[in-house]
Amino acid sequence: MAERCAVIGIGQTHHKESRPDLSLAGLVREAALRALEEAEMTFADIDAVVLGTAPDMFEGVAMPELYLADALGAAGKPIFRVHTAGSVGGSTTIVATHLVQAGVHQKVLTVAFEKQSEANAMWALSPAIPFQPQLVAGAGGYFAPLMRSYIRRHDAHPDTGCVVAVKDRDNGLLNPYAHLHLHQTLDEVRASPMLWDPIRYSETCPSSDGACAMVLVNDANAARVDNPAWVLGTSVRTERTFFAGRDQVNPVAGRQCAKDVYDQAGITNPLREIDCAEVYVPFSWFEPMWLENLGFCEPGEGWKMTMDGKTRRDGVCPFNMSGGVMCTNPIGASGMIRFAEAARQVRGTADAHQIDGARRALGHAYGGGSQFFAMWVVGSERP
Amino acid sequence: MSEPLRAPYVLEYTFRRTPGPIMGRFLDGLRYETLEGVKTADGRVLFPPREYDETGTAVTNEWVTLRPFGTVRSWSWVEQPRTDHPLSKPFAWALVQLDGADTSIVHAVDAGDAKHMKTGMRVRVRWAHHKSGTVKDIECFEPHSLVMPAPSRLEFEVYPGRHYTAYLKALEEGRFIGGKSGADGKVYVPPRAADPTNGQPATEYVDLADTGVLTTFTVVRIPFPGQKLDPPYCFGAIVLDGADMPIYHLISGVPYDQIRMGMRVKAKWKPREQWGPSLENILYFEPTGEPDVPFEDYAEHL
Repeated sequence: MAERCAVIGIGQTHHKESRPDLSLAGLVREAALRALEEAEMTFADIDAVVLGTAPDMFEGVAMPELYLADALGAAGKPIFRVHTAGSVGGSTTIVATHLVQAGVHQKVLTVAFEKQSEANAMWALSPAIPFQPQLVAGAGGYFAPLMRSYIRRHDAHPDTGCVVAVKDRDNGLLNPYAHLHLHQTLDEVRASPMLWDPIRYSETCPSSDGACAMVLVNDANAARVDNPAWVLGTSVRTERTFFAGRDQVNPVAGRQCAKDVYDQAGITNPLREIDCAEVYVPFSWFEPMWLENLGFCEPGEGWKMTMDGKTRRDGVCPFNMSGGVMCTNPIGASGMIRFAEAARQVRGTADAHQIDGARRALGHAYGGGSQFFAMWVVGSERP
Repeated sequence: MSEPLRAPYVLEYTFRRTPGPIMGRFLDGLRYETLEGVKTADGRVLFPPREYDETGTAVTNEWVTLRPFGTVRSWSWVEQPRTDHPLSKPFAWALVQLDGADTSIVHAVDAGDAKHMKTGMRVRVRWAHHKSGTVKDIECFEPHSLVMPAPSRLEFEVYPGRHYTAYLKALEEGRFIGGKSGADGKVYVPPRAADPTNGQPATEYVDLADTGVLTTFTVVRIPFPGQKLDPPYCFGAIVLDGADMPIYHLISGVPYDQIRMGMRVKAKWKPREQWGPSLENILYFEPTGEPDVPFEDYAEHL
């Protein structure tokens, strides 16, 4: 690629169940101004804006990028909207990265958001369309059978999902931006109501209002800060929801996406060469599933890594240091929050949830029926 | 002893009241939906205005226009309103401090139910339609939220397409069909115009049984908007005999704790006269009672 790309500013809102104090415009602006402040820039410095959010039905605002242009200082500048379901926060960041890498723009602001309190994602996921069988189970009901398949395929320990929930919530206690701040014991998670067998209430993500923003720049502008996060690789892959022989537990698109991003970053052994990973885990059982899909271990070993504590902050493979989606889920922004956390780690700006000495980190997002994947690897050293 | 005598008595007279310059200005303002507080000598804003503050000092003639929003400082719920009460349905008497005022006004809050009342809640003025220059020009206060309704409605015409139509027509006759591309192609249910893995156009329909194997499932125990059934209910993936991919449907006719991966199941159809072009002709899938299918035989469909 022609140009290097680096993150020099990261901002996010304080994520909450509801932010009635802010309009959509106010929400994205809060995140954008924090990112600009960290980059020591103003809107005037920005060449283009790339915006992402979940499908319009999640909020009932069609083409929000038009309404939000003023709030993001985009008048007279290119503004793009990216649209890839739950992975959108990741793919939005990647589109912004590509604009820099391609040499089209030098300084790009990227923003993703969701104000879940204004609508109902479960409703948006279950429309009764004529002729089509309704997804009668809701989001968790779609994914729960995949988890049952995972558990059966690998004879996984039934507590694995509960262990992830306890770990991610404890991590969230260290993150002032997280929506949920709660310590739960393993017994408390085990005792929480079963919503969609095998998913318990405490094994699901919350529904949040929030936004995230980053300033991405080319080589010449990276020196504006002394700790840029360098983009070492980006990748997006997609597959259909249903096709004969589809592996829904360990989707091929996810494996291909991981291989592509590792190849770009020169990574051959992710477990050894990646210091920490912030991965889209909206239901706790996705941690062991993605550990395997992302190549941190062989299929069947993911749940053992979780149960052995290897994904804890002090483990060999810290997963979701910020508390992850299990603590914060403004859907459209969730992928970008993952990418931003990876960048914060390698910049050394992750505050109380910093992993000491993190030099290379993975950011991951997925969406739809485990079918849209977006990933990046960022590092502290200029490639 | 006989009942003591009794008779009704109404004491009523058309008194007049001189509100004075301070209260008069306040009440005149209400008639025109204007809320004004008056400043005390020490700079506080009294709403409702009074002529003399609690220290006995006359207030100034400085007036402050207030917006019709405030905060509930205390309240008491009235479950059975009396005839002269401002509202005929249950309401709260509350102390409401308008934004910018240093004192509170006693007035009614129409919150519908006591569970919606909270000290510290935000309220706004609801004006009476007919105004007479009294405190009743404020009909009451009502809960105020910064969130406004924004309903949306779109109308569509849905065309399911040629192959999906064939699938639904077959269901109307009580049959399942799949489609495949070439003699050794994978069998898709519902049939598709092409095999999505290689783009080969579909060449033929194949008849499928209404029996199959339950590969995986969940028991839904949570209510959510748009849901057609009351939880709990079981939702599972069924690979029909002769098909190469699952369809999704309800599993019933068996206690939830006896539902297993690999269980053989059969469609439970509605009475024939209720059939239409829909998968809803099938109420659910239920166990056939045959032995379970070994995991290896359906593992590729997970």
